[in-house]
Parts: sequence; structure tokens; C-alpha cells
Amino acid sequence: MRVQRFWSIIALLFGFIYFALPLIGTLEFSLRARRGVYSLDAYRSVLSDPQFRETFTYSIVMAIFTIFVGALIVVPTAYWVRLKLPRLRPVVEFITLLPLVIPPIVIVFGYIRLYNTSSFLPMTGSVTGTNLLLLLGYTTLSLPYMYRAVDTGLRTLDVATLTEAAQSLGAGWFTIIARLILPNVLVAVLSGAFITFAIVIGEFVLASLLNRPAFGPYMQLVGANKAYEPAALAVIAFSIAWICMGLIQLVTRFSKHTKAQR
Amino acid sequence: MAFLNIEHLEKSFGTNHVVKDFNLAIEQGEFVSLLGPSGCGKTTVLRMVAGFETTSSGAISIDGQDVTHLRPNQRNIGMVFQSYALFPNLTVAQNVGFGMRVAGRPKSEIKARVDEMLRLIGLPKLGNRYPFQLSGGQQQRVALARALAVQPRVLLLDEPLSALDAKIRVSLREEIREIQRELGITTIFVTHDQEEALSMSDRVVVMNGGVAEQTGAPFEIYNHPTTRFVAQFVGTLNTLSATVVDAKTGGVTVGETAIALNRPLDGAKAGETINLALRPEVVSLGRKDGRDTVLAGRLAEVHFLGSTIRMRVDVGGTLISLDTFNTPDTPPPQIGEAVELSLAERDLLVLSD
Repeated sequence: MRVQRFWSIIALLFGFIYFALPLIGTLEFSLRARRGVYSLDAYRSVLSDPQFRETFTYSIVMAIFTIFVGALIVVPTAYWVRLKLPRLRPVVEFITLLPLVIPPIVIVFGYIRLYNTSSFLPMTGSVTGTNLLLLLGYTTLSLPYMYRAVDTGLRTLDVATLTEAAQSLGAGWFTIIARLILPNVLVAVLSGAFITFAIVIGEFVLASLLNRPAFGPYMQLVGANKAYEPAALAVIAFSIAWICMGLIQLVTRFSKHTKAQR
Repeated sequence: MAFLNIEHLEKSFGTNHVVKDFNLAIEQGEFVSLLGPSGCGKTTVLRMVAGFETTSSGAISIDGQDVTHLRPNQRNIGMVFQSYALFPNLTVAQNVGFGMRVAGRPKSEIKARVDEMLRLIGLPKLGNRYPFQLSGGQQQRVALARALAVQPRVLLLDEPLSALDAKIRVSLREEIREIQRELGITTIFVTHDQEEALSMSDRVVVMNGGVAEQTGAPFEIYNHPTTRFVAQFVGTLNTLSATVVDAKTGGVTVGETAIALNRPLDGAKAGETINLALRPEVVSLGRKDGRDTVLAGRLAEVHFLGSTIRMRVDVGGTLISLDTFNTPDTPPPQIGEAVELSLAERDLLVLSD
């Protein structure tokens, strides 16, 4: 028992050093902008940069739209597959996993080839069209996380019986999805949403090749031209991801009607 | 014409023919149970009435309206499920009022109806609770209130008591029946529990292999089963093989004992073997007045059940069960002891297969 405990502590320490040490190093470096003393100069420089605010705002807006579109596609799909097409579940799961094995660069080149200015649908010819393309690309990238989260949420529900109960009370499909299914998988949707948010905030390839002013390319630009600011930006990006993780926990904890299931 | 009519209903899943030429006419306010073992098709019939399954052929009409091809949300049928199926994100009051909200009823009307329903099920103070904060019995009461709140034309109960423990099951079945009588709502109740079906229903439909084997009042089903399946499925039954001696007068032999049934055995011939059935409660231990047929055997088993004692007596290789009341002054005989059983020939049922 004691030996087991010893090795557990060693494993924990190893994990902590492996993950935390680079972060501590980055944090420490980001604070050394002023010679000889620790300061927040690098953070001040980053936060006062208008381009930071512009790209950060753009990415936040894109993330919100991505979450919305993702939920709109994934929730009804996952619900319908569970309810009517359970045999197709492995196929749908495979499709949703594809963005993990197909690099974003392949996706974006595909987009550019298909939707360039001389194509039948010249989406890259306008800002709105390119934004829409980027939004759809982000939705694709977030699909594996969003689908898995929602599907796991649906697994805790007796979807078929709840649907039948609602139908017997006169409810149509829209009412069932909007008033019963979505509220019951909201925690799962939010989990997927926060992961999506973190992905969109840091995404570089799609935004860069579609030439949109997103936060990912901005980080790359700063990293290539400045010394301490990239470290500060990395710490900010990590903080955003952690806040998102914290929010997932918080939402799960404060969800009233799911208390019994946990 | 009956209020709810089911005519020549058939259902197949691929090559599996699960409901075969099912017919049933239910009067308004009647409580009818579909009773049968797992896989007999009772739930499929109920689901076709609710609209959750399409019919392969046949017709279903309610109050003169053909509902066979209507969607479930267009039939105005209330349904209570075995697993309660309460919406976890809604409070009790919101669950009960859900159907009325969907129908776009005014808030004041919904509130009044929800209060009325909660009073009806005896949970007037639990409106703000969530389903997970209720016991199984309370959840099923709420599910019943939710189904009744929309004032459905027909109430369907799909094994609503199966998930509950024994005591609550008995009290809740009495409550359900009382509420059904009070509201006068036409009800179909699906169960595999014969005690539930017999104690609650106006009529019972015993199903087997997708077919309605017998339909009748509980008294009739229990005392006059027309097939071997019904006789064996409803209650406990002793079956005896008898050899026909005289088909006209009903003379048969069971082992070496001659028995006069005093009724003609239609279609039977002398020398043929027929099946006789006997309920445990009509067999007496020892000789009794009015029970002229006496069978000798040895006591093989004794099961103490509290108010009654069930004994099994080996009569020429056939085990016959009998029930006696538990009287503290008279302990049952010892296992292996020679005993006599007496019965009246009128209690012997002749079974067709």
C-alpha cells in the first residue's frame, strides 16, 4: 500500500513537472521585460496594442457564431441518430472524427479551390463570404468535440421515451428539440461550446490562409517580431483555455435538474 | 359502435408477425387490461393505438374518428410509461402543464388545471420540485397527472407499476383505478401481472403470440378460461390428463379414479386423452361434503405463505397444488404422509388447446 502510494506521488510529481515547468518558465519570462525586475510591461504592451483588441474581438465573435452553428447542426443530428438511426451511429461518429485526421491545411486548400473568385460560388471574393467560409471551417474543426459532448449528454437521457411522452402531449419536433432535448443537454452543449471557444481563439491555419484578422495569426505575428510579448500572449491564451475549462465545471455544478444524474 | 374500436389489427417487423388479427371494442369509461407474457404483442397494440408504431393493416378509431394514420401528437391520447418519462428539466408543475402549454392555453387556465391535477394525485405541495427529488411512486403519480391534464380521449398505461416496489404498487393501482372511475376516462392498461389486471379491470384481454386468446370480465377469465394458455397464465392451475370413457355423459378416468363430469364432451371420443384443469383453492385436504371425487396421494411439498398454505400432493405421478387457510390450531401434515384430496366435478375445467 505504502509502495503504491509512493509511486503515485512520483507519477504526480513527474506529470506536474512535465506540464507546469514550461508554463512557469513562460510566465516567468513574460514578466522579465524590464531589466532586473519583474513587471507587467509585456502584458501592458500587448493589451494596449489596437491590433490585439481587434483580432481578439474578431475571434470571440467568430467563436460565438461557430458555437451557435455547431449546436444547430450537432444537437438535432445527434438526437435524430439516437432516436431513429442508431445503426448509423458508428458512421456518423466516424464522419465527426474526420477533422482530427484531415489537417486544417487540406480543408482550407479545398475551400480555396472550390470557392475561389473564378469558381461557381466565389465566396472568397467578399469579406462576408470569406468570413462565412472561415465560420464553416471552424464548425468543422469543432465537430469532433461538439458531437462527442452532445452525444454523451444524450446518453444520459431516455431519448425515445421522452420523445414519445412529449408527442402524446401534443408536441411537434421543434417543441421537443427546443423545449426538452436542448435544455437537457445544455450542459453538454456548453462543454462542447467552451472547447470550441478555446479552439477558435487559438486557430491559425484557416484564418491565416483565408487572410482574416483573427487572434491566431496575430499571435504568430507578434511571436515572429517581439521578445517578451509572445510569452505574455501564450499566458493569456492558456488563461482563456483554463477559464473555459473552469466554466464547464461551474455550469455542470450549478445545473439544477442534473443533480440526480451526477 | 364502441368508443374505441380496434379492427383486424396486424403488425409485422420484417418476417416477425407480432400482432395477428387483433380486434377489440371498448366502451366509453371502460378500463380494459391487455394481459400476457413478454413478447405477446400487448405493448405493440398499445403503441399502435398511441401512434408510436404504424399498423401493417387494420384500423383504429376513437369516438367515430379513424386515427389509424394520425401522428401521435394529433390523437389526443394520454400515455403513462413504465419509466415515468418525466421531463428532467421541468418542475412537477411544468411537467403537468406541458401539454396545455404546447396547446397554447392561457397561463391562468394552465395554473388552475395543474393545481387541480396535483390535488387529484395527492401531491398539491410538490409543484416546485424537480422529478429527481421525488420517489418512484410520486413520479408515476405526476406522470399520470401530466397525461390527464390535457383531458385526453383515451388513457394508455404501459406497465406503469412495474418499476415500483410491491407495497406502493398495490396502493397506486387502487389510486389509479379510483381516479379513472372519478374521471370516467376510457383506459387501456398493459401488464404482465395477472393480479393487477384482475383487480383493476372491467375487462381483461389475455394475449399470447400476438393473438387475443380470451376477452372477458376478470371473474369470467379466472373461473372460465377457454384455452389451456389462459387457464395456465391466469392464476395457478393444476392440469390433469384424463381418458374419456363416455363422451356423452362426461365420464373420464384420471389414473385409476373414475370421475363423472356430468356434461357432454363435445368432439371427444372414448379412449381419447383430454386435459382437465383445477384451481388450487377448489381442492380440499381430506373428505368434504359436496366434494364427491376423492383422490389419494402423498404430500410432496408444503409452502407456508402467511394467511394461506400451499401444498403439493403427488397423485399417481401428477403433482396437484391445493391452498388451505392457515389456522394456527391445525398444522399441515408432514411431507411424505398419505393424504386424500376431495373435489367437486363441477370445478374441473375441460381445456381446449
